[in-house]
Amino acid sequence: MRRNTWLAALQGAVVPLVLLAIWQAASSSGLVNAKILPSPVAVAVRWWAYLAPAEPYDPANGGYVAWLFSGELIMDAMGSLYRVVMGFLVGAVLALPMGLAMGASRAAFRWLNPLVEVLRPIPPIAYIPLSILWFGLGNPPAIFLISLGAFFPVLVNTIAGVRQVDGIYLRAARNLGAGPLTIFRRVMLPAATPYILSGVRIGIGTAFIVVIVSEMIAVNNGLGFRILEAREYFWSDKIIAGMLTIGLLGLAIDSGVTRINNHLLRWHRGLEH
Amino acid sequence: MSDILINHVYKRFAVPGNEVVALKDINLDIASGEFICLLGPSGCGKSTLLNAIAGFSHPTEGSITVGGRPVVDPGPDRGMVFQEYALFPWMTVFKNVRFGLEVKGVANDVADARVRELLDMLGLSEFGERFPKDLSGGMRQRVAIARVLALDSPVLLMDEPFGALDALTRRSLQDELLKIWARLGKTIVFVTHSIEEAIYLADRIVVLTYRPGTLKRDIRVEMPRPRDAASPEFNTLKRELSRLVSEEQQRHEAAERAGLTTD
Ligand SMILES: Nc1ncnc2c1ncn2[C@@H]1O[C@H](COP(=O)(O)OP(=O)(O)OP(=O)(O)O)[C@@H](O)[C@H]1O
Ligand SMILES: [Mg+2]
Repeated sequence: MRRNTWLAALQGAVVPLVLLAIWQAASSSGLVNAKILPSPVAVAVRWWAYLAPAEPYDPANGGYVAWLFSGELIMDAMGSLYRVVMGFLVGAVLALPMGLAMGASRAAFRWLNPLVEVLRPIPPIAYIPLSILWFGLGNPPAIFLISLGAFFPVLVNTIAGVRQVDGIYLRAARNLGAGPLTIFRRVMLPAATPYILSGVRIGIGTAFIVVIVSEMIAVNNGLGFRILEAREYFWSDKIIAGMLTIGLLGLAIDSGVTRINNHLLRWHRGLEH
Repeated sequence: MSDILINHVYKRFAVPGNEVVALKDINLDIASGEFICLLGPSGCGKSTLLNAIAGFSHPTEGSITVGGRPVVDPGPDRGMVFQEYALFPWMTVFKNVRFGLEVKGVANDVADARVRELLDMLGLSEFGERFPKDLSGGMRQRVAIARVLALDSPVLLMDEPFGALDALTRRSLQDELLKIWARLGKTIVFVTHSIEEAIYLADRIVVLTYRPGTLKRDIRVEMPRPRDAASPEFNTLKRELSRLVSEEQQRHEAAERAGLTTD
């Protein structure tokens, strides 16, 4: 078992390593212009410089930990993460009750669904001009856009989740004496969680896409801003370093969400804990 | 008083271009503490009748009273056990059994003690913290039984509760149910299409006809328990019931051939 996981890890590393070797060889031999495609080593060096604290350690400016995280990359990543979290929370906190209401009540669905159907196909990106007009620059428009991106996946999945609740659970609950409120809270809501959580996961994924775009346009820090800035100086190594950081951050967020989901859904048939 | 009175009950379902008479003029008095089996082929209206007693659907005509009160809604005075168990998969076994007590507003420590007692009674003590997905079918149905027993309802309604279980598990749950029934004195309405199961369990077996669902025969079973499936009385009754049920089964198959149903 142990051996197999190691083997699998090794196997998974082969293709990336070969590509990396080819990339390095192409750069070293001068086959490609380093301004267009810098060598992996150059990217790694730049990545390190981007990550490391800019100033030497000075106790006068605060603690060691603060210094350790004072590098530009860390600051950018924290900025992006903050916007993803805030935007997602705003979107999800609005979408969840609305989705529950629309899933549980035919009347609520009839009133609200036409509006949802009209607004949903508009990509959050298309709101950029309006969001700048309304909120100016900085965090507010970015969080607005991200919350839009998170809102619809959570909404749509919550509606579907409530609607697919198996009638047998509702019948069992009524038979056991539960009233509408108890049924909603203790039966419909938990029965809908697998759907809601998959909406959450899609919503966070969308929020992460939107954060990068909105930083390129409305904010002057964050990972999205940084790679666009690097292009202006022709720092292709920094662009790639920033992209890799975006990828790693996305991976970290997604695996965190997956772990939380697995815990919350440990009762669910489809999952092994 | 937990007798069940079923008075001229009709149930008609509208289907495209037609209507299905699922129940036609059903009259049945079930005495308090009686164990009654509803028997008949698929589609004869057993579940329809049970759901009407449970209050999940209302008769088109006629009335049902349980313990002197007309049935209007589902309620914890008529605990139901479903063939599909219907356990809440997001709750542990313990929480499932506790659910009805919580709804009733029973104090925490009293509820906990009651749940432990029920789990013990059904041989589930070890499984309190498991989720339903980690249990076998037999165990799940034990949990479902514990869950309705927690309600302490005078009437138990069971819709083919053991239909999905293997023969051995089925027999052990039948014995368990008889023990519980003898001990707690519940009125049990038990739906099955197994003739053997009906004879093994019931005080009284009611055979329904296929479309329209009417009472075909109402038979009292006098044999002492535990009943021996190899005994002559058992087999005489079994032959008699087989004949009655297979007449209805043939009508069902004829309807199927005529394309009237897909039951
Ligand atoms: N909601 C419904 N709409 C239309 N017809 C229905 C509906 N529910 C039941 N029926 C019909 O009523 C008849 C009785 O159904 P019921 O489910 O009570 O049968 P049953 O005896 O429980 O059968 P089984 O052994 O298969 O569970 C069947 O012919 C069925 O097709
Ligand atoms: Mg049925």
